[in-house]
Amino acid sequence: MKRTGIAPESHLQANTFRRKLIDQFIRFGFLCSGLLVTAILLLIFGFLISKSWPALIEIGPMEFLTGQRWMPSSPRGAGYGALPMILSSIVVTVAALIIAVPWGVGAAIFINEIAPTKLKELLKPFIEMLAIFPSVVLGFFGLVALGPFIANLFGLSSGLNGLTGAIVLAVMSLPTIVSISEDALNSVPNAYREASYGLGANRWETIARVSLPSASSGIIAGVMLGFGRAVGETMAILMAAGNALNMPITEILGMPVPTLMKSVRTLTANIAIEGSDVAWGSLHYHSLFVLALILFVITFAVNLVADIMHNRFHKLNRAR
Amino acid sequence: MNSRQLRQSLWFSIFGLLTLAVVAAIVVIFYRIGRDGLGVLSWEFLTKPPRRNMTEGGIMPAIVGTFYVSVLTLVISVPVGMAGAIYLHEYAGQSWLVRVIKLSIRNLSGVPSIVYGLFGLGLFAATFKLGTSLLTSALTLALMSLPWVITASEEALKAVPNGFREASFGLGATRWQTISRVVLPNAVPGMATGAILALARAAGETAPILLTGAAFFLPRLPRSPGDRFMALPYHLYILATQHTQIETVRPLAYGTALVLIAMVMLLNLVAIIWRYRIRKNRLW
Repeated sequence: MKRTGIAPESHLQANTFRRKLIDQFIRFGFLCSGLLVTAILLLIFGFLISKSWPALIEIGPMEFLTGQRWMPSSPRGAGYGALPMILSSIVVTVAALIIAVPWGVGAAIFINEIAPTKLKELLKPFIEMLAIFPSVVLGFFGLVALGPFIANLFGLSSGLNGLTGAIVLAVMSLPTIVSISEDALNSVPNAYREASYGLGANRWETIARVSLPSASSGIIAGVMLGFGRAVGETMAILMAAGNALNMPITEILGMPVPTLMKSVRTLTANIAIEGSDVAWGSLHYHSLFVLALILFVITFAVNLVADIMHNRFHKLNRAR
Repeated sequence: MNSRQLRQSLWFSIFGLLTLAVVAAIVVIFYRIGRDGLGVLSWEFLTKPPRRNMTEGGIMPAIVGTFYVSVLTLVISVPVGMAGAIYLHEYAGQSWLVRVIKLSIRNLSGVPSIVYGLFGLGLFAATFKLGTSLLTSALTLALMSLPWVITASEEALKAVPNGFREASFGLGATRWQTISRVVLPNAVPGMATGAILALARAAGETAPILLTGAAFFLPRLPRSPGDRFMALPYHLYILATQHTQIETVRPLAYGTALVLIAMVMLLNLVAIIWRYRIRKNRLW
């Protein structure tokens, strides 16, 4: 529109009105796209429930949660017990974190508190490179390199077991744990450290008794987030953990103990294996949605707790 | 050296070793895949389709398929994600609604990739009758990449100084005029680097496409979004675990892994360099 001179008053007002109207329209459009995210999350949850409903009604939730026999397509009495997979998911993930947390937090302490600035600038992007590896590549590495190594080390016929899966998962969650621990250490006010030095503590004493305790709730939030990621990881565990339907449990002196030396199949791996050739609409199909629902609920709960802890940590820090 | 200092150097060396172990893990992974993958790489490997039950030939259809599916993914998720980010950063204040949306974004990014895969299979392929296809996979990946795109776009919007907006308002511009003529021109390059990073991540995803449209082997390239497709990460999975002659195709699997890593790293490098140049050329 070409404007010359001063527009007549009425024209100007109409124009302003139109502009405001357009503005409201556009605002509404953007609001919708923002709300879309929430809608998608609810849609996924609702869809998982509605598709698992037929299986939950016909088989019953207790069979899924406590049954030990998973044979959905067996002609003589199908079994829908998902307990081996649920336990495998949890045991492998916990083992991965037992490896990754001390490893990652230790590395974060070195990078943030000990390393000279130049080394720090070099290490940070290098470790972040680990985060861009596609999980299928790390799974492949577990399959061809780590598996045989583990088999040799423990004298096993196949190295594709819970331990190999857990190590691959640990390596995968390292970048998350390192960067979140580093953030948490970074947000500890320097005055804390200076006060500690002033009282005569050396650098290690300051880290152990001042920096780490102050950063701990932030680090724990990061660990929770790492748990959520690792329990939902599919390709790496699918390729590295062997996929046999086993309870990840062994008996030592008559006591059931979790073990990593068995080949295991996690919830995620089972959906990946059976999902591609299941008949749509069959009971088997619906029972896979039950597994997905279990996964969704686990990750949702873990992420929510991580979120609450993260917020609390940052609120605490702002108050300082 | 007294015991306190001794304890300090002991702990510092442990942390140093842990860091070294991280670096070593990365180096070992690179070395293994690089060593065995480089030998397979050739012009033929990159430009020819697989032959003889995938024991010979190249991976061209998988490269092309990955390109198609990740670009189609971004075509769907980038406009929506950008719009969502604009609402969150430019319109919304600190209401409960915003908190709910942000919580949804974080939770959506925590949903396991295989759950997206099964959801895409159930909703797009089975319920919407799109079948297992390029479009189904792209829609599934688009849902998955939405949180990444929104977060990256929000970062780009945050980088535009508030003074720009205030100056525009001061001249009588409405909010939309301010966004379209002042904020977006300054934020789009940042959003684009975020989109490239999302592209790299989408290209490496396997679990969602495994259930929604990736094919074992196809004699020809997909011609429409309704066709199935081959993809690099899925091809690697097939060669590594599902092939009948696992040992024969192992070199090809290494080659595929190397190409996939190279592709993802290259995209990341482009994004990093681009971001660096944006920061350097910034006028504020």
